[in-house]
Amino acid sequence: MTRLANTFAKPHPALVCFITAGDGDTAANLDALVEGGADVIELGMPFTDPMADGPAIQEANIRSLSAGTTTADVLKLATDFRARHPEVPLILMGYANPMVRLGPEWFADAAEAAGVDGVISVDLAPEEDEDLGPALRAKGISLIRLATPTTDDKRLPKVLEGSSGFLYYVAVAGITGMQQAAIESIEANVRRIKSHTDIPIAVGFGVRTPEQATEIARVADGVVVGSALVDLVKQHGKDAPQHLRELTERLAKAVHSAR
Amino acid sequence: MTENKPNSFMNQPDERGHFGQFGGRYVAETLMPLILDLEQEYNKAKADPAFKEEFEDLLEHYVGRPSPLYFAPRLTEELGGAQVWFKRDELNHTGAHKINNCVGQILLAMRMGKTRIIAETGAGQHGVATATVCARFGLPCTIFMGKTDVERQAPNVFRMKLLGAEVVPVTSGAATLKDAMNEALRHWVANVHDTFYIIGTAAGPHPYPELVRDFQSVIGRETREQMLKRTGKLPDLLIAAIGGGSNAIGLFHPFLDDPDVKMLGVEAAGHGLDKQHAASLAGGFPGVLHGNKTYLLQDEDGQIAEAHSISAGLDYPGIGPEHAWLKETGRVDYTSVTDDEALEAFQLLCRTEGIIPALEPSHALAAVTKVAPTMGKDETIVMNLCGRGDKDIFTVAEALGVEM
Repeated sequence: MTRLANTFAKPHPALVCFITAGDGDTAANLDALVEGGADVIELGMPFTDPMADGPAIQEANIRSLSAGTTTADVLKLATDFRARHPEVPLILMGYANPMVRLGPEWFADAAEAAGVDGVISVDLAPEEDEDLGPALRAKGISLIRLATPTTDDKRLPKVLEGSSGFLYYVAVAGITGMQQAAIESIEANVRRIKSHTDIPIAVGFGVRTPEQATEIARVADGVVVGSALVDLVKQHGKDAPQHLRELTERLAKAVHSAR
Repeated sequence: MTENKPNSFMNQPDERGHFGQFGGRYVAETLMPLILDLEQEYNKAKADPAFKEEFEDLLEHYVGRPSPLYFAPRLTEELGGAQVWFKRDELNHTGAHKINNCVGQILLAMRMGKTRIIAETGAGQHGVATATVCARFGLPCTIFMGKTDVERQAPNVFRMKLLGAEVVPVTSGAATLKDAMNEALRHWVANVHDTFYIIGTAAGPHPYPELVRDFQSVIGRETREQMLKRTGKLPDLLIAAIGGGSNAIGLFHPFLDDPDVKMLGVEAAGHGLDKQHAASLAGGFPGVLHGNKTYLLQDEDGQIAEAHSISAGLDYPGIGPEHAWLKETGRVDYTSVTDDEALEAFQLLCRTEGIIPALEPSHALAAVTKVAPTMGKDETIVMNLCGRGDKDIFTVAEALGVEM
C-alpha cells in the first residue's frame, strides 16, 4: 500500500497540515507538525501569483520568495523530510506554472526522487490534465484534485477521473483562510461526493480551530488546516515550532477522536 | 492538432479553447462550472440574431461606431514612404477600443442572470469602460486596481467613481495590473453565484480570449470595408500595439486569411529588452497564468516577473494566447519599442496631425515611423489608434521633465 492509502486505512480520520516551503525554518516546522500528530503534510510551493489564496498564505508566499526560495530548495526540503520521516505522506501543493516550467516529466521525476506522494495543482483544471497528470501517474504519484460547492453531480466524474490519493473538498466557494462553511453544507456535499467514489475525502478552507476540526472529522475522512498554521509561522518566526506542535496536538486530538 | 499548416487562421480556438498549444482553461475548480456556463451561453448568444442586433445598435448609437478611417497626410509626407492611415478607435465613447468589449460582455452577463459586475484595470481605461456600461445598464460595479496605478491614474479613478463604481485599491505584489487581476479572481471565486467578471483583454480562461476577440473584431471588419471603399484594395500592412492584445487581435482577425495583408504587433520594450520591459513574446517563455497558457515574463522557476512600461495599459507580463499562436505560426510579425521611442512618436503625432494619442498606440506609431519609410509610396499601412492621450498627459509631462 502507498503511504497515503495506509494513512486513510487507519481507524480514525486524518489531520492534513499545510505550511509554505521556505517561510521560516521549514524543516523544523515540518518536524513540529509530525511530532504534534499530523497524518499528512502539505508543503506549499511558493508562487508570485497565488490567486486562490487569502492574505495569510499570500503573505507566506511573498516572505518565502523574498527570502530567495527556489524550486530546488522546495525539492530539497521534501527530500530531507522524506529521509527523516519515511512513513509520513508528503504532498506538494501549489500553482501550475512552477510545476510545468521545465516540463511535466521533469517535475514528475523530481517529485518522485524527493519522495513526494501526491501533488495538488490549484489552477490545473481536469480539462488541462495532460499538462501534468499522465507524467505524475506514470511515476505513481497521486494527482489530488479539488472539488468545491460549485462542482455539481454532472461535473464530479470529470474531477474524479484520474485523481487518486484523496479528494480535497473545498468547503467554501472562496479563497483560503477566510470564512467557515456551515457543517450542514459540508456534510451534504461529502455525502454527495461519496455516492460517486470510494476515494477518501479531506475537507479544507476556513478550518482554524479544534472545534471546527472535530465537526468536520465526524463527516469526512480528513481535515486540512493551513492558514492557522501559516499565521503561527508569521507570528513566532524561529520560535514557531513549539507553537505549531501545540496547535497540531490539539487539532490531532480533535480529529482523531471525532468518531 | 490543427496548427501545422492551417488551412485557415480564423478557425481557432478548438473546442477546448486552445490556440495550438496556447489558451485553455487553467482556473480553480470553483470557477470551472461558471466558465463552462459562460461558454455555453456565448455559443447561444452568437447564434441569436437579437443579441447581435442589440450589440450592434449599442455600438452605433452609444459607442459611436463605425469609427472613422483617417488618412494622415502630413505624417505620411514626413515619413516619406507608405501611406499611413489610422483607425480612429480613440474617438469612441470613453476614448478607447475597450468599450466595444464591455458592451458585449455586459449583454452576456445579463443573459446569464448575473447581477453584479467586477473588472480589473491597469491604466483605468478598461475600468472606465466597464463602469460606463454598468451605469448604462444599472448594475453595481467593483473595479480592482493596483494601488500604484490608483495613484498614477487619479483622473480615471475619479471617472470610475463618478460613474458609480467602487474602486478597490490592491496592495499585494507590485500593486499593478497583474495583482489587480489576481484580486479580481479571488473576489470572483467568493462571489461566483451572482457576479460576472468582465475581463478587459483577449486573455484569461476560455472562452474569454475568443469572445473578447469577437467583440473587438468590429475594428477589423470596419477597416476592411472602409479601406476597400476608399482605396479600392486591402491594406498592405496592419500595425497595432499589444499589452494583452485585444485591440490588435480586433484589427488583425478579419484579415488573417488574406495572405497579402501583413501584420505587425508592437510590444512595450520599456527601458529596453535587456532591462525591465513588458514584451512577453520577445523576452518570455510559454507558461500558465490567469487562466491561460501563453508567453509570460518569468524566471527559470516559473515565478512571474514584474513588467514595466511607461504605458500602464501595456504593463503586463503576459499576452493573449491567440497572439502567442500567431507568432508561432509566423502569420503575424511582432516587434517592440521602448518608452523613449513611444514618447517621440507621441509628440510627432501631436505635431503633424493634431491628434494626441494614448501611450499605448504611441508604441504602434513608433513602429510605423520605422517601417513606413522602407515601403513604397503606393503601399498602405493601417494603424489602430486605439486610445486618446488625455489620460496620459501627466505621465508624458513628467517623462519630458515639464512642470505643469
